[in-house]
Amino acid sequence: MIVAELKEIPEIRKMIDRYSSILVVGCDSCVAECAAGGQRETMLLAAALRLSYAKDNLNPVITDTCLDRQCVDDFIDRIANLVPDHEVMLSLGCGAGVQALARVYQDKPIIPALDTLFIGETEMRGVWQENCLGCGKCKLGHFGAVCPVTRCSKKLMNGPCGGSKDGRCEVRPDIPCGWDMIIKRLDTLGELDRLNEFVPPVDWSTSHSGGPRRVIREDQKP
Amino acid sequence: MKTESRLEKVLKSGHFAVTAECGPPKGADAAVLEEKGKFLLGRVDAVNVTDNQTAIVRMSSLAASTILKGLGHEPVLQMVTRDRNRIALQSDLFGAYALGIRNVLCLTGDHHCFGNQKEAVGVFDLDSIQLVHTVRSMRDKGQIIGGEPIQVPPKMFIGAAENPFADPVGWRVVRLAKKVEAGVDFIQTQCIYNLDRFAEFMRQAVDMGLTEKVSILAGITPLKGVGMARYMANKVAGMDVPEDLIKRLSGVPKEKQADEGIKIAVETIRKVREIKGVAGVHLMAIEWEHKVPEILKAAGLDKRPEV
Ligand code: SF4
Ligand code: SF4
Repeated sequence: MIVAELKEIPEIRKMIDRYSSILVVGCDSCVAECAAGGQRETMLLAAALRLSYAKDNLNPVITDTCLDRQCVDDFIDRIANLVPDHEVMLSLGCGAGVQALARVYQDKPIIPALDTLFIGETEMRGVWQENCLGCGKCKLGHFGAVCPVTRCSKKLMNGPCGGSKDGRCEVRPDIPCGWDMIIKRLDTLGELDRLNEFVPPVDWSTSHSGGPRRVIREDQKP
Repeated sequence: MKTESRLEKVLKSGHFAVTAECGPPKGADAAVLEEKGKFLLGRVDAVNVTDNQTAIVRMSSLAASTILKGLGHEPVLQMVTRDRNRIALQSDLFGAYALGIRNVLCLTGDHHCFGNQKEAVGVFDLDSIQLVHTVRSMRDKGQIIGGEPIQVPPKMFIGAAENPFADPVGWRVVRLAKKVEAGVDFIQTQCIYNLDRFAEFMRQAVDMGLTEKVSILAGITPLKGVGMARYMANKVAGMDVPEDLIKRLSGVPKEKQADEGIKIAVETIRKVREIKGVAGVHLMAIEWEHKVPEILKAAGLDKRPEV
């Protein structure tokens, strides 16, 4: 899922202070799972903004609502009745949710309240781990299901760099070395032989380097 | 001979090779290279020119190599994949060869979070082994990545680094084997302070037959004092500085520590010469280039062979 984090109130306010009515729109999917933009967080942010404005003797209209999914048109349509009464929408969706709102409501400014971070995994409540950069050609089959593109700080394909120490990455001691993980896991599986082969330069054209990507599935279209 | 490299000739003719590092200045001053370079001229077989080492912005290694070449040095152009993608790297290889540079050292590079441009985008389009493979294909097949032919291929003597002390330990020689397979001609190792661990690494490399295919140069960095030793031990990624070495340095008065550091370096050179498979030494006397002649003399390596 997509992991995101709430921006600081002052940063948000800088972007919305010019408007007098604000519709705060949450998203109850990924960003709810990472406790950044779901129903609860949407209500809390609206309340925090009201408080912050009240301190400055300001009183903009602030309404909050939450969509089941902010990146799907069918859900976005459900707030159509609220939109005309507000000058701006403050989105608690990921970057894709923000842009979906902007596409559907073309004449409304949409402001992000979250910083969208990464595609990750919920290791436990309160701990989210980046696991995938969406490179468009999944190589996990070769690397024991540990992603070198994401989990190695240098995207190395042919083994660990010289900076790995005690299973930690040279970048920061709190980061596990992705290559240490790959090797340990393949060792456990008895499949270390996978790593003897030279991995040629990666084709990054399937990743973001190839420009924005789009998937079209004729069999899925209505 | 695969190339016109002097370093290749020295190694192929069985001489014990000596290379040294020369870091380009943090600025555009060519005179700095002249100053540092004069201590190395005629005393080493080749001079490694670092590429924005520890991710700190410096004069480009290609420009500095060219300047040093003009001063009579044989440069080893260091190239990191951290900052440039495959287009820039291959283009620089063409340029380097056209400018008379005959050796390249393929590296991934320290992560940019260690340098003075922490907000930079890390490129890492290729890794060091892929770069080795790329240079070899350019030289031996006359092809760039993807197979397009090159009119005049850059015929480079290809080097890479290896760190016998990084983890996972069992993996170091496997990675060396991969570099050999990819086409590396010579290896310069990380600074050696833990001789036992280095000897073990060499033993494995010899056993696997790797030293018949690649020349391994042992990395030597003289310690300037106990402060530097501690810093290397605790702060520099992938370093192994044994405790007894730190004790030895702290056992001598502060003003004598630099001399002790040089003594240790000379002893290390003598000891690595005894280890089977070691083809030379690579001196990384960081901002201490002027000490290189003294170290080489003490180690009995001050006469370079005519080749
Ligand atoms: S290889 Fe690519 S698609 Fe697979 S997990 Fe890594 S980044 Fe994601
Ligand atoms: S220490 Fe490990 S994770 Fe970090 S850059 Fe090196 S190989 Fe990659």
